[in-house]
Amino acid sequence: MIKEYNTIKEVAGPLMLVEQVEGAKYEELVEIELPDGELRNGRVLEVNRDQVLIQLFEGVTGVNVFNTKVRFKSKGMELDVSKDILGRVFDGQGRPIDKGPKIIPEKRLDINSSPINPYARNYPSEFIQTGFSTIDGLNTLVRGQKLPIFSGSGLPHAKMAAQIVRQAKVRGTGEEFAVVFAAMGITFEEALYFIQDFQKTGAIERTVLFVNLASDPAIERITTPRLALTAAEYLAFEMDMHVLVILTDMTNYCEALREVSAARQEVPGRRGYPGYLYTDLASIYERAGRIREKKGSITQIPILTMPEDDKTHPIADLTGYITEGQIVLSRAMHRRGIYPPVDVLQSLSRLKDKGIGEGKTREDHADVFNQLFAAYARGLEARELEVILGEAALSDMDRIFYKFAGSFEKRYIAQDESEDRDIEFTLDLGWELMSVLPTVELKRIRPEFMEKYLPGFKEKVGANS
Amino acid sequence: MEVGRIVKIAGPLVVASNMQNAKIYDVVRVSEKKLMGEVIEMRGDEASIQVYEETGGLGVGEPVYLTGQPLSVELGPGLIESIYDGIQRPLDEIRLKVGDLITRGIAIPGLSRVKRWNFNPAVQVGDSVVEGDILGIVDETVLVVHRIMVPPRINGKVKMIERKECLVTDTIAVIETENGREEEISMLTKWPVRRPRPYKEKLAPDEPLSTGQRVIDAFFPISKGGTACIPGPFGSGKTVVQHQLAKWADAQIVVYVGCGERGNEMTDVLIEFPKLKDPHSGEPLMKRTVLIANTSNMPVAAREASVYTGITIAEYYRDMGYSVALMADSTSRWAEAMREMSGRLEEMPGEEGYPAYLGTRIAEFYERAGKFVCLGSDGKIGALSVVGAVSPPGGDLSDPVVQATLRVVKVFWGLEDKLAYKRHFPAISWLNSYSLYIPNLTDYLETNYGREWLDNINRAMAILQEEAELEEIVRLVGLDVLSPDARLIMETAKSIREDFLHQNAFDEIDTYSSFEKMVKLMELIMHFHDLAEDALNNNVSILDIASLPIREDIARAKFIPENKEDEFEKLKESVTKSFQELKEKVLVET
Ligand SMILES: Nc1ncnc2c1ncn2[C@@H]1O[C@H](COP(=O)(O)OP(=O)(O)O)[C@@H](O)[C@H]1O
Ligand SMILES: [Mg+2]
Repeated sequence: MIKEYNTIKEVAGPLMLVEQVEGAKYEELVEIELPDGELRNGRVLEVNRDQVLIQLFEGVTGVNVFNTKVRFKSKGMELDVSKDILGRVFDGQGRPIDKGPKIIPEKRLDINSSPINPYARNYPSEFIQTGFSTIDGLNTLVRGQKLPIFSGSGLPHAKMAAQIVRQAKVRGTGEEFAVVFAAMGITFEEALYFIQDFQKTGAIERTVLFVNLASDPAIERITTPRLALTAAEYLAFEMDMHVLVILTDMTNYCEALREVSAARQEVPGRRGYPGYLYTDLASIYERAGRIREKKGSITQIPILTMPEDDKTHPIADLTGYITEGQIVLSRAMHRRGIYPPVDVLQSLSRLKDKGIGEGKTREDHADVFNQLFAAYARGLEARELEVILGEAALSDMDRIFYKFAGSFEKRYIAQDESEDRDIEFTLDLGWELMSVLPTVELKRIRPEFMEKYLPGFKEKVGANS
Repeated sequence: MEVGRIVKIAGPLVVASNMQNAKIYDVVRVSEKKLMGEVIEMRGDEASIQVYEETGGLGVGEPVYLTGQPLSVELGPGLIESIYDGIQRPLDEIRLKVGDLITRGIAIPGLSRVKRWNFNPAVQVGDSVVEGDILGIVDETVLVVHRIMVPPRINGKVKMIERKECLVTDTIAVIETENGREEEISMLTKWPVRRPRPYKEKLAPDEPLSTGQRVIDAFFPISKGGTACIPGPFGSGKTVVQHQLAKWADAQIVVYVGCGERGNEMTDVLIEFPKLKDPHSGEPLMKRTVLIANTSNMPVAAREASVYTGITIAEYYRDMGYSVALMADSTSRWAEAMREMSGRLEEMPGEEGYPAYLGTRIAEFYERAGKFVCLGSDGKIGALSVVGAVSPPGGDLSDPVVQATLRVVKVFWGLEDKLAYKRHFPAISWLNSYSLYIPNLTDYLETNYGREWLDNINRAMAILQEEAELEEIVRLVGLDVLSPDARLIMETAKSIREDFLHQNAFDEIDTYSSFEKMVKLMELIMHFHDLAEDALNNNVSILDIASLPIREDIARAKFIPENKEDEFEKLKESVTKSFQELKEKVLVET
């Protein structure tokens, strides 16, 4: 029996307080009927004796304290799933919006799944080739990883993400990724950009979209990524698929959380975000991964725009503390016309070490990226000196590294939007660029690899002695 | 059993009425789902409870069952090689029981009730024993002899004891106490996690805990029984340092607490540790390790408990007279869990919303570390070293958790994001870090590694500091203005940084460096420096010195395997030879 109440005491912001309620459950789903018959959804945020605090997904506009009815649905929020969700578009609450047929549910899944037992996890180690040198060569992505893009407004993160979706593959498997795409508060144009790109490549057939646009209710953004991940878990762990999840934009998600927290008058943490933001984000990001004895996997690429390009902003900061690395985009590089404008030094893939090397990419991979990082860092230092003192003040060695940094950016980092590089190309390119450096400086590379891969190694050694 | 009633649910906080007989820190079971919780505040007959499992679906009026017991861990054989959640539930058993996801209301004891152990008595009937005395031993793993001790507060005569193969719950001995009571002793004891286990006496630290990490062992050593913290922004290398310590520190027991961090990092340990060999014993590292994993997506209240669960288990092995090392990654998540509960309790917030008692809790935690004379009449010495990672927002060291931690710990390994960006690992700043144990350890180091070692590291540190000053000058006016001597300082500093301090955790050989190898490596670098100074005095140009091919070999010396000390001697000779040749060349030219 569903209980109905019309004992609303207060409505404010996205929240509503109902009194004289009996038997309401924490996190229970609630349906609200407005005087004109309009139905809205909400969720129980707190139960205190007979008072229940409800968060309304679609806001409180039009809610009347005296004539609105509240019904408690005795269950949490769920998503209907079946294999037919592929190719479909849903709104931020999981309702189909593409005029397609109703999903005949094979299962109804709670959108807040229980935590994965760390003992049940399988360590991600299968190399995903994205076709980007900066990712494959330096910040290698593996199946089951969560690797966000830290972007800024106006930077080409959408272009990059779409290109990753087009190009991502695990070599030698022929398996294609299913894609789960969750849009939170992005513009219509940006959403359309992704959808059209998916359509062009045919990826749309193996994509599930959850779309909450900038014009859609903000509070709905809190559930959108959870719906998407529920769909992803179903596809990965019950349908054995490898799923790539794109979540964009996490900044809008966090803002919705902040709005609710502020309305509840909670003690704010840094910059007004709630103190539990870390825990909350973890409940999303940690849903990526692999599970022992299961075939599928969930790889997450969350996108966030850093307010004021500030990496220490709580959204970026807490994300970086949870995810397994980050790809940081740089406005300065973007201005210089470099695509993808990846700030290589600030970027990181924490799982690369087990995804590269012999049998995965190539035996020399680890040495090459260590050396490229070191050399590029040194080149950037030389560039700093050059800016202050002029090129003439650089020592011969500094000048070599200074030049190296330039060609590294132009040739290694920069690539075309349609350029899908394989890992051998990327590694060989690294060697070619390093060949201008004196071998004494290649401390991070084992001599046997130099001999095998460094162009012109024999002549160089000859010249030295 | 007494039953309270839920009146409020807000996230992990549940308030129940009719709880007049509950005590603070008592464990309760919430609702018919029997979710585990702990009383953290009492007001009249209302108790605030932090619930260790998700509270979704709970409603007002549902029952709360009192147990009358404080939150405790089970201690006894079977801890080693286990992986527990924050409240000591075995995660492997949970998976067997409910599958890959951790569902709610699972109750599994910390120690197996079916596994049998061979108990070997160490005392006889009629012997007098006091608390902490060893009653007998059990071979827990190939590396760990588990010493079954007389539990605290029990003294008397052994009335019965027998060698047998038995369960942890079986009686293995009976002790008749002074007041005539007969205490049945089993291998399993319980201890409340929030109360430090008793000891006889705390001692001053005087021996280094070798970690196999050169920057630490050489410049910022931690003692056995010492405390250290590693603050740093994300990606700077906190977890890798903690993992390296868990792998290579010469502790007999390692307790690793993954507190509110990534699931995959625990999986990594689970997969790697059984494969890696302890450099001191040659046995798999897992055979001395206990894991506590309460990852960031697991319930936040259990995260708060996890560090206490970990340190109580660590104290228990310390009481056996072992040298134990505990790593907690990250203590910030523990502090945040406290903050979250405090917020829900609507306590008056202190700095950054943390409760006012943050500093006290952190101090109490680290105070449980130390070198101790353990309970018992045999004078066992145990040590518990504690290393905590701290994850300040934006890497900002003014963070209250960092500050409260720095007030109590004696070693500070400051990670710098600038070093991490350059992939200089471990990214421990050699200019800002410190160890307050150095005065205590000097005697030990001098006795074992000689005066020259101490001189070398002091000189090396002076060179690194000088480099920092010289770099300022170079940044303003360029390298050209530097004198040859200053140029040499820059070159040697670079060599110390790249060839000594830099240590790749993922390289099979470089990942661990014994004290002996480290001493040799430093000797080699300083040998080069000394000869270079001499060569400069003999009119050799700094450019010729800097481009000596032997420097390439010095750069690769860290990849020389352990126990190949003669290779270092050979390298030293080659260095000497290189400089002789240089000097001769100058003589010929002039
Ligand atoms: N000693 C080391 N050797 C090689 N790589 C390291 C080392 N320390 C850190 N790293 C690199 O830095 C990354 C981040 O380190 P991690 O310890 O996870 O950082 P944190 O815990 O501070 O966020 C690692 O994934 C690894 O790639
Ligand atoms: Mg970490």
